[in-house]
Amino acid sequence: MPVVLWTDALVFALFAAIGAYFVHVRRQPHLRAPWRRVTQSAPGMSALVVVAAFVAVGLLDSLHYRPALERKPGQEAAYSTEVLSVFDAVAGPLRAHRERTYSAPFATRTFARETLEVPGPDGTLRQVREFPRLAFGGAHLKDEAERGRDVLLGVLEGLGFALLLWCVFAAAVWRGVARRATPVPWRAILITAGVLLALAGPAVSLCADYHIFGTDKVGRDVFYLALKSIRTGLVIGTLTTLVVLPFAVALGIMAGYFRGLIDDLIQLVYTTINSIPAVLLIAAAVLIAQVALDRHPDLAPTAVQRADLRLLVLCAILGLTGWIGLARLLRGEALKLRELEYIQAAHAFGVRNARVIARHILPNVMHIVLISLVMDFSGLVLAEAVLSYIGVGVDPSMISFGTMINQARLEMSREPVVWWSLAAAFVFMFVLVLEANLFADAVRDAFDPRVRVGAAATA
Amino acid sequence: MIAYIVRRILYVVPILILVNLLTFWLFFAVNTPDDMARLQLGVRRVTQEAVDKWKAEHGYDKPMLYNGAAQGFGRVTDTIFYEKSVRLFVFDFGNADDGRSIRNAILTRMWPSLAVQLPVFLVGLAVYISFALLMAFFRATYVDFWGVILCVAMMSISTLFYIIGGQYVFSKVWNLVPISGYSPGLDAFKFLALPVAIGTFAGIGSGARWYRTIFLEEMGKDYVRTARAKGLSEATVMFRHVLHNGMIPILTGAVVVIPTLFMGALIMESFFGIPGLGSYTIDAIQAQDFSIVRSMVFLGSVLYILGLLLTDISYTLVDPRVRLE
Repeated sequence: MPVVLWTDALVFALFAAIGAYFVHVRRQPHLRAPWRRVTQSAPGMSALVVVAAFVAVGLLDSLHYRPALERKPGQEAAYSTEVLSVFDAVAGPLRAHRERTYSAPFATRTFARETLEVPGPDGTLRQVREFPRLAFGGAHLKDEAERGRDVLLGVLEGLGFALLLWCVFAAAVWRGVARRATPVPWRAILITAGVLLALAGPAVSLCADYHIFGTDKVGRDVFYLALKSIRTGLVIGTLTTLVVLPFAVALGIMAGYFRGLIDDLIQLVYTTINSIPAVLLIAAAVLIAQVALDRHPDLAPTAVQRADLRLLVLCAILGLTGWIGLARLLRGEALKLRELEYIQAAHAFGVRNARVIARHILPNVMHIVLISLVMDFSGLVLAEAVLSYIGVGVDPSMISFGTMINQARLEMSREPVVWWSLAAAFVFMFVLVLEANLFADAVRDAFDPRVRVGAAATA
Repeated sequence: MIAYIVRRILYVVPILILVNLLTFWLFFAVNTPDDMARLQLGVRRVTQEAVDKWKAEHGYDKPMLYNGAAQGFGRVTDTIFYEKSVRLFVFDFGNADDGRSIRNAILTRMWPSLAVQLPVFLVGLAVYISFALLMAFFRATYVDFWGVILCVAMMSISTLFYIIGGQYVFSKVWNLVPISGYSPGLDAFKFLALPVAIGTFAGIGSGARWYRTIFLEEMGKDYVRTARAKGLSEATVMFRHVLHNGMIPILTGAVVVIPTLFMGALIMESFFGIPGLGSYTIDAIQAQDFSIVRSMVFLGSVLYILGLLLTDISYTLVDPRVRLE
């Protein structure tokens, strides 16, 4: 039975909107030109390949359902109370392979000694302290000494599949572009895709038999946690824009276009919000939302829905504190634009203000909006981790980079060190944010007229 | 000049009133004192008597805005709004939920915060400007290209990792400094060295990149072309002309954060166990002590607005083109 959480619906609505925007772009030559410049930037397109892989995982993880329980004949269909996602189904073994506690990457035995009862030579039970075998990690091995060979075989198998996929992709590209010279940096794209596949292939082929990033304190597979965190990061980075956009665009343009009293009032509002330290405002709002959720349990009957609603509230709050920077930029731009001749001509023709804004101001500030939204994404992913650490981020039951770091922060002071949770969170978060930053830079370079002027002057 | 400053200060008043109303609305209207009491006492199965007792103990057992039962001025002053919100204007923060004075806590805790934040600010400014100048000097070469890539990579690492990694390497593996803690006086140095270093290091990516764009923008201007046309060497152009003019937006941009340095760094202080305002705030958030959060919101906005004021003034002092109308 499909379950549509609030964030799922909004994420898919947002992606539909992005799709519609691209259809629109294809028809408009003046919008097509800067996007074509984006597709010609080697760092930008390599980053896009990686971001697309992350987005794919996030989208799969946004299709939720409740699995059907086994039906007895003559009975109505019954569904489990647990909400899973398509990604959970794909990564079935990762989710199901749960150990009791910590285990190191590729380990076959637990990380700490446990007291076991083993039958002695005379048949009586003896208590021994030793490292027991894991329930799933390397459980298929009869002899643990074979682990090295088994892992190597797994890596080779994964690489083989990766190579096959890559060849199919490269052949498709080659067929498409071989005949004509293309400005699109296909070589960079193919290299990135190759590296990505070379890492993903072995990971996929090994993750069913081993915990490739180890397990956490309660025995969950860290690789699974890291993959699940991607969706939370993506949701926060994208849905926040839904709140930022209307506030920033409407208020910023109004302030700059109408000036006078309206400008003063809008400036007063955003100076007020800006003057409150952002973390405190977010903390206050989240605490209050928490009380409201406690008071109205009917809003979110299940734990998953509750965590989801809290994520949505967090996005809304981040949006409410985050629209000011963009609004300021738009106000400044609108102030400049309203003095230009073509706007004055429109006024002289008796065009109404609303129409001047919609026809003449808005299209001329859209590049600022776009740049700002793309640039904000990585900051929001980073902010989530910090807020979750303080305890005002996502629900503690929701898997995210912030909760992963929060749960793992004391592990570095253990002896011996448990490093893999932090390492996995670091690697995944770093790659996601870095690629998002590089892509954002490519978009900015393509859309910002000032950048090109500057580049021409300094070159 | 004085008339200008007075006018700016007058402009601040409505902002502070708005901040005050906003916090009052957030903390009391959206969330009644009853909710707060239940949150503190545990959400479910709380008797109304227990709630009333908690409210009486913490001074929330009054009407919100208007007290019909009181006499004279008491009708307005003997209310939650007056007691908890209006008093913030004279920095009377009242007591925390544990009964201790918030004002005393702020006065003692702001110094450790400043001891971390001020060095981070000063050292950071020097380091970021040096790196930015280096990249701008070697613009459009490999130094610049890889410098920017490095900056983007450093920006992409969460502060949490800088702190956790720094503590692990310097305190645990190399045993150079204590892992956390604080002591006043000269002894503080060994506790402060690592937080200051990490605070500076974590900001290099965004800081150097931002200042680089400022310098590059400055280098596209006409006076730079004139200076080159006069035959000045590139180094002279950079250090005599671009650096001086680039410092104007950098310094005026930095002034705004000076007052907020007192507020401390939230994450840093809680990781390093520094008894500053940042860790005070985090503890309050985690204990859901609304009176402390409310006070810190007000204090934070006062300091931020002070920063804006200083920015305006520093503009007029540094840049003669800015006129006071």
